[in-house]
Amino acid sequence: MGRLSVELCGIPLDNPVIPASGTFGYGYEFAELYDINILGSFSFKGTTREPRFGNPTPRIAECPAGMLNAVGLQNPGVDRVIDTELPRLARVFHKPVMANVSGFSLEEYADTCARLDPQPQIGWLEVNVSCPNVHGGGMSFGTDPAAAASVVRAVKAVTSKPVIIKLTPNVTDIVSVAKACEEAGADGVSLINTLLGLRMDLKARKPLLANITGGLSGPAVFPVALRMVWQVAHAVKIPVVGMGGVSSAEDVLEMLMAGAAAVEVGAANLIDPWACRRIIEDLPGAMDRYGIKNLKELRIES
Amino acid sequence: MKDSIFTILTQRPLTNQVYELKLSGDCAAITRPGQFVNLRLEGLYLRRPISVCDLEGNTLTLIYKVLGKGTEQLSRMRPGETIPVLTGLGNGYDTALSGDRPLLMGGGVGVPPLYLLAKRLRGEGKPVAVILGFNTASEIFYEERFRDLGCDVSVTTADGSRGVRGFVTDALPEAYSHVYTCGPEPMLKAVFKCIHTGGSFSFERRMGCGFGACMGCSCRTVTGYKRICKEGPVLQKEEILWEG
Repeated sequence: MGRLSVELCGIPLDNPVIPASGTFGYGYEFAELYDINILGSFSFKGTTREPRFGNPTPRIAECPAGMLNAVGLQNPGVDRVIDTELPRLARVFHKPVMANVSGFSLEEYADTCARLDPQPQIGWLEVNVSCPNVHGGGMSFGTDPAAAASVVRAVKAVTSKPVIIKLTPNVTDIVSVAKACEEAGADGVSLINTLLGLRMDLKARKPLLANITGGLSGPAVFPVALRMVWQVAHAVKIPVVGMGGVSSAEDVLEMLMAGAAAVEVGAANLIDPWACRRIIEDLPGAMDRYGIKNLKELRIES
Repeated sequence: MKDSIFTILTQRPLTNQVYELKLSGDCAAITRPGQFVNLRLEGLYLRRPISVCDLEGNTLTLIYKVLGKGTEQLSRMRPGETIPVLTGLGNGYDTALSGDRPLLMGGGVGVPPLYLLAKRLRGEGKPVAVILGFNTASEIFYEERFRDLGCDVSVTTADGSRGVRGFVTDALPEAYSHVYTCGPEPMLKAVFKCIHTGGSFSFERRMGCGFGACMGCSCRTVTGYKRICKEGPVLQKEEILWEG
């Protein structure tokens, strides 16, 4: 066990760095750039039961220290993921991968998770109840504690893998949603998904994104994410995966200090394709500078 | 794809809003005309994708129009300043499709990627016809540069202030073997409708990453979903689906 190693739901990770869903595809674009086995794990592109094209373009808008996206869960559908993406991934990634799943009904969440459950490459199911860019699903489950708990129960009934629920920050009280997930049997929670935002196109006098609104990510959201990770980590006993604007080794240390068991890196991958490798390489030096011997000692109690 | 630091050699305005930027850096990842690079500018979160206009050893030429904050900032940069650049992005044009009489049709800032293409096609010994479309005479650039390559150049202007009055499609010759085009989408659509051969169409989209990770620039095609930044920006005529 190296000094960077951590554990997530009983599965050891060489380091806490996990590229976040939607910024790393199914892995192999990045595998062409560097050996992705240096990662703790990664969370693959949000997958639904049916293939989805997603929203019309423009889907991306720049913001100060961040970006809006309204991709809308473009993915090839769970069957293609199992038939094509996972075998391709197996050639370049030899660690448990995190399967990110979205849905529009309890039945769909359960169905998709049931199909992914027998796949030996998958370590965790990260169930997204927080996508802000689709209608009639996604975030509507994550903004209500009872609805989120019903997703947890539906998914837990069909899988023996650890279930991590990905939470939205677009709520008044994220702690109550996290607690409801814990009580319903979730093995962990990950947060935060993007913050709902809007940009205008002044020349065209209309919203810049075709979807009108989109999710804000990038360094701009880091303090908000850190605060929510702190609140949730001190309110639940299950592990918390922290994410939101993480761009450096120091950001990773802050997240771990706030109570995260592992850390996802999202938008940074889109600006610097080698961001996760850089963060992992920078971690030992950053730990030395702050006198941190190993990452497990970092969490502070309030 | 490569990430490296480029140094500005020269920067000069070609017209009121269009600039030519020459940079020095590692260009080894650029393999085809019609590919693009992605520039990281100080203080701006997203990179700025710009098509490759010319390549000479490790000297890269980009031509861009000042349209927003990023290009405005870029236009104020001076020789000696450095820019982190991702190079070798996108599929680019395939000169093997040209046949014996390729026709290049460019509109406005869609003209630049056709320059390196023309250079490569001329290098392969092919006769190259070029139609350059602009709004008005004062916006014309690179007409002589294409002539210097030995291309047969026609110019169109929407207001008739120079060359043929109208759009690039108004100067379409009778005989050509394949069309390579880049320009605003209404122009691409018009070219699509009036050509009688195959064509390679270069598209533009707002992008997140520029290398296939974010799905920000996806489009529907006859052969499935494609990412403009990765499977594009060049799509073949027979696979294009026009939306809206």
